[in-house]
Amino acid sequence: MYIYLLKRLGLAVAVIGAVILVLFSLLHLIPGDPATIALGPRATPETIARYAAKMHLDDPIWKQLLVYAGNALTGDLGLDVFSERPVTAMIGERLGFTLALVFAGMGWAALLGIPLGCLSAIKPNSWVDRLTGILSVGAIAVPSFLVSIWALLIFAVQLRWLPAIGAGEPGDFSDQVVHLVLPAFAVGLGWVGYLARMVRASMLEVMGETYIRSARAFGLRPRKIVFGYALRVAILPTITLIGMGFGGLVSAAVFAEIIFSRPGIGKLIFDSVMSRNFPVVQGAVLVATALYIFVVLISDLVIAWLDPRVRESL
Amino acid sequence: MSVNRSDLNSTLPAGTAGGEPLHVTVADVRESASQERRDKLRSFLTNWQGVTGLALVLLFFASAIFAPWLAPYDPNALDIPARMSGPSWDHIAGTDQLGRDTFSRILYGGRVALKIAGIGVSVALVIGLVLGMIAGYGPRWLDNLLLLLFDTVRSFPTIVLALATVALTGPSLELVLIIVIVTSIPGYARVARTATMSLINTDFILAERSLGASTTRILAHHVMPNVAGPLLILAAMDVPVVVTVEAGLSFLGLGVLPPTASWGTILNEGYLVIRDTPWMVVAGGIPLILTTLGFTFLGEALRDVFDPRMRKGG
Repeated sequence: MYIYLLKRLGLAVAVIGAVILVLFSLLHLIPGDPATIALGPRATPETIARYAAKMHLDDPIWKQLLVYAGNALTGDLGLDVFSERPVTAMIGERLGFTLALVFAGMGWAALLGIPLGCLSAIKPNSWVDRLTGILSVGAIAVPSFLVSIWALLIFAVQLRWLPAIGAGEPGDFSDQVVHLVLPAFAVGLGWVGYLARMVRASMLEVMGETYIRSARAFGLRPRKIVFGYALRVAILPTITLIGMGFGGLVSAAVFAEIIFSRPGIGKLIFDSVMSRNFPVVQGAVLVATALYIFVVLISDLVIAWLDPRVRESL
Repeated sequence: MSVNRSDLNSTLPAGTAGGEPLHVTVADVRESASQERRDKLRSFLTNWQGVTGLALVLLFFASAIFAPWLAPYDPNALDIPARMSGPSWDHIAGTDQLGRDTFSRILYGGRVALKIAGIGVSVALVIGLVLGMIAGYGPRWLDNLLLLLFDTVRSFPTIVLALATVALTGPSLELVLIIVIVTSIPGYARVARTATMSLINTDFILAERSLGASTTRILAHHVMPNVAGPLLILAAMDVPVVVTVEAGLSFLGLGVLPPTASWGTILNEGYLVIRDTPWMVVAGGIPLILTTLGFTFLGEALRDVFDPRMRKGG
């Protein structure tokens, strides 16, 4: 387990390093003066000179990379071009909104999708199973940003049941929850389908095992067998799927934040792209990506902890 | 699609299994292969999802290719007096805020989607195939390097990577294509790599190598035909992703630029007037759903018919 842990951590560190390298070189691959590109058309000669000095743009390129990587790893992601506030602080303010959205979306999807998958697996080819199957494919096939737009149209504009934009009054918890409902619905809908299908498939496999037959022979109730014994094993591939799918979840959250004007990382990146505020884009993308790498790492470690066979595969 | 050894064994004529000596002529093998093809065709045609998927995919191709003949209006023709009207006999999907016919714009938008999906998926498939075979067949260090590269690309949530690049270069159709290609390559490469690695030590590759065949010959003539099948199925499943990325980026104003009609720009324009008329976001979303649903159904049916081992979902 420790060897696996070390190897897996090493891989994560290597990927983070590569991501920093990519974000750094994006700026230098584009023809032209990096400071002018990074600061956009509105930059004054003074800000360009200051930026060039701060980023060590007059130094050789390998030295610039080291400075950038060093700063990023110590939590200094540079300054906002317009307000000159630290990018790290801006991200810190918004990270909570994005995390709340991602976890709420995944949470409701798991609460609905996993039991649906179990029900389908208990009675394969029943009407519950068929209906779940069709709805799952439908939920997966509809792009999440379209779900956001249509949910906004139906529940906020037409029916006026829920608020359309914003994240709610700061400090007012119930208002924030109300504002979370539609975005979380949009982010999670596809996942209900993924999870139901994944759980159904691995559950069907597990239900054929001999120890499940023994449990049946002992006269245990089906519910006890499914939720008490089979689900523990059948949930493993689902954990991997959730980990791997986190990137897609972040993409969905970006759209939901933009469509519902929610102040999160995705909205921050989008607004900064629109105002060509490259230091903020760079910083926020790095944080979003690091978050994703971290989630995949955690899910891989959980799997390795639960399933000894995985440890030998790396 | 070529047939590998294990497939052949399982489809030999009855009576050759067990202790009896094998007398298999070339004619027998041909016969069993053509029988297998007929079985696969029949099992595909009795799969309602597959047939529905095929129909939707053909609709997508036909409507995009024949858009200039099918469209009742010029997609960019203005009709200000009739702006933002709902569905009517004159405009079956209504009009936008400039009075342009939404149905005609949807048809022309399909051409953008087809172009991106066609070029993007095929280029990514070829590059992914080559890189995957190199990773699977080449020396260990090269394999590790390529894997790190794939992991790095995959750790960017697609939309986030797209946003970071657009921030520097500005939006364009070419950029959407590049992003689609770069982010899809790892998926193909990983499948090609795994398949190549499982082939390396088979007898027919060893035989070929002992006859002095070059690496290029082995990869091109023997490995590729066996790897291409699963990749083509993956490609069908990848089309919805690519179409969604294009529509999503265009929706954000970071892909296809107005006045060019794309499903994303129609949705964007509809989103801006969502409080005045629901029809544009409804009409703009339907072709997107039909296309993603069609390719998903088709891809899953093909996978079930040709390669049951690849089945993940139910």
